[in-house]
Amino acid sequence: MNIVLRLAWRNLWRHARRTWLTIGAMVFSNTLLVFMISFQFSMYGLMIDNTLQVFSGHMQVQAPEYKDDQKMRQVVPGVQPLAAQLRKEFDSDTIAARGWAFGLASSEERSYGIGIYGVEPEFEPRVSNIPGLIEDGRFFEQNDAMEIVIGEVLARNLRIGVGDELTILGSGLDGSFAAAVVVVVGVFESGVKDIDRNIAEMPLGTFQDVFYMNGAGHQVVIMAPTLDDAPALQSNVAAFLPDGLVVHSWDVLQPGLKQAIQADISSAFFMYGILVILVAFSVLNTQLMSVLERTHEFGVVMALGMKPGRLGRLVMLETALMGLLGFVLGAAAGALLTYWFTVNGLSYPGMEEMAANFNLPGRVYPQVSILKTVFGPAVVFLFTLLAAIYPAWRLRSLHPVEAMRTN
Amino acid sequence: MTAVRCVDICKTYRQGDQDIRALDHLSVEIEKGEFVCLMSPSGGGKTTLLNAIGGLDIPDSGEVWVADKRIDQMSKGELADLRLANIGFVFQAYNLIPVLTAQENVEFVMQVQGIPTAKRREKSLAILEEVGLEGLENRRPAEMSGGQQQRVAVARAIVSRPALVLADEPTANLDSKTSDELMGLFKELNEHHNTTFVIATHDQRVMRYAKRIIRMRDGRIVDDIEQNAA
Repeated sequence: MNIVLRLAWRNLWRHARRTWLTIGAMVFSNTLLVFMISFQFSMYGLMIDNTLQVFSGHMQVQAPEYKDDQKMRQVVPGVQPLAAQLRKEFDSDTIAARGWAFGLASSEERSYGIGIYGVEPEFEPRVSNIPGLIEDGRFFEQNDAMEIVIGEVLARNLRIGVGDELTILGSGLDGSFAAAVVVVVGVFESGVKDIDRNIAEMPLGTFQDVFYMNGAGHQVVIMAPTLDDAPALQSNVAAFLPDGLVVHSWDVLQPGLKQAIQADISSAFFMYGILVILVAFSVLNTQLMSVLERTHEFGVVMALGMKPGRLGRLVMLETALMGLLGFVLGAAAGALLTYWFTVNGLSYPGMEEMAANFNLPGRVYPQVSILKTVFGPAVVFLFTLLAAIYPAWRLRSLHPVEAMRTN
Repeated sequence: MTAVRCVDICKTYRQGDQDIRALDHLSVEIEKGEFVCLMSPSGGGKTTLLNAIGGLDIPDSGEVWVADKRIDQMSKGELADLRLANIGFVFQAYNLIPVLTAQENVEFVMQVQGIPTAKRREKSLAILEEVGLEGLENRRPAEMSGGQQQRVAVARAIVSRPALVLADEPTANLDSKTSDELMGLFKELNEHHNTTFVIATHDQRVMRYAKRIIRMRDGRIVDDIEQNAA
């Protein structure tokens, strides 16, 4: 081993307790960072999946103007054949066609304005968790049945239940009057009051008949195998689409979700930043003390012909070795801790009940990855090196004779 | 050929309210291969002169030439290079690096010089044998006596065969037997390798080995004599 490296290594252990305390601070922060980042991003994954599985999907094919001007006339022509083509082309059954209209839902006693989705009974359960959230009754079995499922708040407001009739009034695609009487076959409870109050679903065939859609719809919803696969799939879908249609990603469809995650990341990383800076100050303190107490020795090696810059590099090397220990031990501890929760899951009081409302598992299983394991400790390592610059820089002004006079 | 030339150098230190003139218009020339003792009472200026010759301290005025290079105007980096290539230092307090073994202490300077590992090992073991420390290569300074540590310091100073060795009270912490052995070693290097020695001391025993004795007082040379060395 190189003598300068050996010297740096042994210098670390002159005050083993102090060195271990500093490394301990790094290990603690690195462990915390690895676990928290893994947990945090797993939660984002759940948040995204949870939100996107309700309606949005990972992406949607729409008419170009539909996103900003959600009108009946912004249609996807031949929406079901298009969805079928996409399923075949991409060998996926998590693609479903939809239509959307605003209508007035009237029971014998009350009327409410609601959003009505026309959905494919066979494929909708694969892109949305609403069919799985039906608390009472069932989902559709046929594409042309005169049936509807409604949210539980809407059912309560209309004072109807499964088996009751509901009158739908609205405006068709051609501007004509649309009306139908449908039977409530299911009541769902998503846990999101706005959805449970304002949304109803009917079979797409029935929807197209009632609203004179002439085979058109408004969305083709696509779920990728995982969120990470979505961007590549989106590119392929975009290339496949005929002119006059666009495909929007989930963050365009749900800008609020993305902003909420970004805000959470900002606040979390602000806290992580404070943690890293505290560790950096601990390193600065250790290395400054280490340099000050070795002033005499540094004077001697300068007298022997070592340049101040090289002495500074020695201090940086010592810090790098210490940082590397903190990096390896902290990343390993963080990865092990996270892996334990990957296997056993993490839950806290009330979490299971809340998650059940969203048709999601009650335990979070944070995923370990190389990036999540390395990112936090790498930042700590970088700040550790930055913290050593000042003690190393001080050596530039050292004079051998004055240094050797110190004890 | 001149190894060291000081021309009218002055150095003043501030100590509390007082200015202490450590070197007072001092001029001296030392030829290559000389074995010189600087003698003075404490505070006479011999250590300051050694430091000026070694480029560890810059005089307030005057010129210092070492190996035909004017060093009092050199940068820190240039002075470090000069010391690394031309000058070996032996200090009163040994000043070994405590976390390195005897061999590593000797190798350290060679590593800084960029000498390859195998050659470093070979030279360090040879020089440690030469100073009588065979078998103690792996001991750290704390595991050696004062005499042994001083021999390691000497080995470190001479391993690269510098043209000039500056020693500041090298025998101050040694018993008389070890002192004689050390001076014998210096003498041998001086005679066999033509190494120039400048030794600051007030040890009368050391004087016996010197061919030239420069006596100083209050920063000036008061006597400069040549003698038959032991």
